[in-house]
Amino acid sequence: MGKNHPNVDPYIVSRVRALESLLLEKGILAPDAVDRVVQRYESDTGPMVGARAVAKAWIDPEYRRLLLDDPRVALARFDLDYAMLMVVENTEAVHNLVVCTLCSCYPWPVLGLPPTWYKMPAYRSRAVSEPRALLREMGLEVPEQREIRVWDSSAEMRYMVLPQRPARTEHLSETELVPLITRDALIGVADVRPSAAAAP
Amino acid sequence: MDGVHDLGGMQGFGPVEREENEPVFHAEWEAAVLAMMRAAGSHGLFNIDEFRHGIERMTPAHYLRATYYEKWLDGVTRVLVEKGVVGAEELAGRVAFFGQHPDAPVRSAVPGPLPGRGAANPGWVQDVIRETGARPHFVAGDPVVTRDMHPHGHTRLPRYARGKRGVVHCCHGIHVFPDTNAHGEGEQPQPLYSVRFDARELWGESAELNQAVHIDLWESYLLPGR
Repeated sequence: MGKNHPNVDPYIVSRVRALESLLLEKGILAPDAVDRVVQRYESDTGPMVGARAVAKAWIDPEYRRLLLDDPRVALARFDLDYAMLMVVENTEAVHNLVVCTLCSCYPWPVLGLPPTWYKMPAYRSRAVSEPRALLREMGLEVPEQREIRVWDSSAEMRYMVLPQRPARTEHLSETELVPLITRDALIGVADVRPSAAAAP
Repeated sequence: MDGVHDLGGMQGFGPVEREENEPVFHAEWEAAVLAMMRAAGSHGLFNIDEFRHGIERMTPAHYLRATYYEKWLDGVTRVLVEKGVVGAEELAGRVAFFGQHPDAPVRSAVPGPLPGRGAANPGWVQDVIRETGARPHFVAGDPVVTRDMHPHGHTRLPRYARGKRGVVHCCHGIHVFPDTNAHGEGEQPQPLYSVRFDARELWGESAELNQAVHIDLWESYLLPGR
């Protein structure tokens, strides 16, 4: 348990179980619904669809164009129907960063469940007002000549960053690139690095 | 509402704390809350805007202290009780039961056999685009000014972006309007835009260099700029 998750008050667990029993009784919650949620997010998530789409975009310029212009069609290649995603591309001139200041909106279908820090006040408050300082603290130095473009997910549109392909990965295949592409890079709080193991 | 949930630009929360090897769920009850939120929403018992507004009405101190899934529990419970799906007294009775019998299976509190379940719409959260034929008032490149407003109800115009000048980046289509949909006043769909704001417009002399924020804003939040 991390600092954000102090030992939970047993009263909260009682409240959860009480509501669970009532929703079961009223035919709203399926008896196996909780098990299915655990299964889906703990076991079945596999490689993030977002990382696979980015690796494909790095290898295939036509797919990159499609991912930026029509993400729904691009993601259909991975058997995902996601109408609400916008993909924003990092370049030498622009670094993109995704946040939701009003709640914790996040592109679940492509990235899985959000990490706790994404949902906490420190990130949500500072990402829009001092992103360069925040990213520096998180280990990413963005030079001042590169614009930081923050996407505040205030509606049902969701955002995913298309990071820059790192140097010294030219020899890697699409499959080898996927594990380099981290969730943090797709949010915009990290760059993709060529791993030591992958370097020639 | 100008609640504590509207965090953009607030100060004093310290550094971002990242948990190494964070588990998907920290305890099973978190997964149960996620499952209940989805079950209730997909059965049409509340819409996403009512759910969010349910969370926003937590007391500020509780909101800041609570973990993510505790916020969800609070929001789901508040809205289901308000709508009469769950009775406050039956809920209190069950909470007391599980308080006294912490190891009792959830099923053991339910008298009799479980009923069948009605039809569910698993795509309920994303179901917000309405092809009304409405023509967007603004096009990409148009200067706009956001309204300066402080409604007591739900809104998705963040406090830090009110009364500010921006430029329309694109139109996302016609979307359900949260400010009415959260309050039983209908979907009232209207054009949704991505609006770009220069950091200097938002944060004045405290802005970092070379920064912009794009925010998704409904047409009625916007006035023509110059």
